[in-house]
Amino acid sequence: MWQCGVYPLIEKKLISAGIYSFSVECPDAAKAAKPGQFAHIRISGFTLRRPVSICDADKENGTLRFVFEVRGEGTARLSETGVGDNIDIIAPLGNGFTLPENPARRVVLAGGGIGVPPLLGIARIMKGNAAAILGFKNSGKVILEKDFKRAGADVTICAEDEGVHKTPIPPLAEKLSRGGVDRVYACGPEPMLKAVVAECKKRGVECEVSLEQRMGCGVGACVVCACRAVRGGEELMLRVCRDGPVFSGREVFP
Amino acid sequence: MKRDLSVTVAGVKLSNPVIAASGTYGFGEDYAGLYPLNLLGGISCKGLTAEKRNGNPPPRIAETPGGVLNSVGLQNPGVDAFIKEHLPFLKEKADVVIANIAGETRDDYRNIAEKLDGTDVDIIELNISCPNIEKGGAAWGVSADGAAAITKTVRAVTKKPLMVKLTPNVTDITETAKAAEAQGADCISLINTILGMRIDVKTRRPVLRNNTGGLSGAAVLPVAVRMVWQVANAVKIDVVGMGGITRAEDAIEMMLAGAKAVQVGTAIMTDPYAPLKIIDGIELYMNDNNITDLSEIAGKVLPW
Repeated sequence: MWQCGVYPLIEKKLISAGIYSFSVECPDAAKAAKPGQFAHIRISGFTLRRPVSICDADKENGTLRFVFEVRGEGTARLSETGVGDNIDIIAPLGNGFTLPENPARRVVLAGGGIGVPPLLGIARIMKGNAAAILGFKNSGKVILEKDFKRAGADVTICAEDEGVHKTPIPPLAEKLSRGGVDRVYACGPEPMLKAVVAECKKRGVECEVSLEQRMGCGVGACVVCACRAVRGGEELMLRVCRDGPVFSGREVFP
Repeated sequence: MKRDLSVTVAGVKLSNPVIAASGTYGFGEDYAGLYPLNLLGGISCKGLTAEKRNGNPPPRIAETPGGVLNSVGLQNPGVDAFIKEHLPFLKEKADVVIANIAGETRDDYRNIAEKLDGTDVDIIELNISCPNIEKGGAAWGVSADGAAAITKTVRAVTKKPLMVKLTPNVTDITETAKAAEAQGADCISLINTILGMRIDVKTRRPVLRNNTGGLSGAAVLPVAVRMVWQVANAVKIDVVGMGGITRAEDAIEMMLAGAKAVQVGTAIMTDPYAPLKIIDGIELYMNDNNITDLSEIAGKVLPW
């Protein structure tokens, strides 16, 4: 069950142009959080909360980490929050990724841009068994590389102006073709997710994708954040906040 | 001091005048873990149609100054699934259950109402005001004849208290209110959302995939208060006011304008505790002003 309350911002960093890392002390939500879940953050002066993925949950210290990009007026205002200020948060929300029961299984994390942060929690749990293929617009936009490495992941950075590959798709295809990958987890722009799902289908590898959509309540009541999916031949309209944000790649990109 | 906040609407007693508005509270399930649902005066459930509906394509919501524009388009599991899968839980957990119904044709409304007549929902709210579906809904609510036709149709098949929810997207809302009253409505609820549109100046695309949507939230409160006042002065049946209520003061304003109870919707998206804070604030106002019964303020605005 999610919590709704007011929690202090204890650490704030600008980690790249327009991208902030916030650590918020909320022990109960941190304890309950799973990789892939999100928080719905109230921003003073705005009617709608903003959904922000949970980048990491430190269960010992009782903190949630959020890495978000300033995209509009709401996130700009959020970025002005100062250390020690309170943030009104509903968390943890959504279903989260389905992790393999056996952590010795090998998984691939495919992230694009601001879709990279929610994958960090998986890397931490999977320790050395995760390969993280992280794509960014350019080398100046790379975030969390060290964090993924520290978690034990085998990291490949893709950028237009750096590295061997410009996008995560070719290295993903290469890894899948070598076999031994149990599951792929992806978060990023829709064209990238579609390509990831297509590669996984080709190789018969299970794939979960985390989607983004403009939300209302965040808890499943208002059915605003719809996502079309096909399950067992039937077309469904699912709620990104409650039925997702993590979906079977096959169901949302059939 | 503890006050009696109870009110009677359409012959149904509510423990307090704050109802969760249709479309923002689902069927109560999503908030049941946060606080007991029976703390609310009532719950108006998500609008029900004869068949399951998937609604409009996303994005379906956007922030606007002081409010929200939405175009869900009545996504719901259909009346049969509601009765089977959601109503038992609601009846167990909530105090007063209001079934909000919407349709395209008179037959739709008749069929849904007939099905609900045999259940233990407490009130049927006729949604003739949804701005987000092409046919039906608001198409009925924009004319006195349409409002009368649907009210008459439903009245003929159920003895349940009938609340008719009006659209503000009309020239004179008292006409649709009076038409519903004349055909046997027990209560008028208003306002549904105001039809609106926003355009992204970079992409030149409307911000909603449906192009247009319904405006709600604090920004619409003055329009809602004005219309509640006009309707309360035009009909003898009860009025339930909604539109932009985010604080207890807003709810009291709505009651002074003539509402016996209020519905709170968009404010719940901002703060799930909003209805409870409003209830507490109303009690505080009663204490501060030595009010023992909310009928002492209903319609007691002192117009110039």
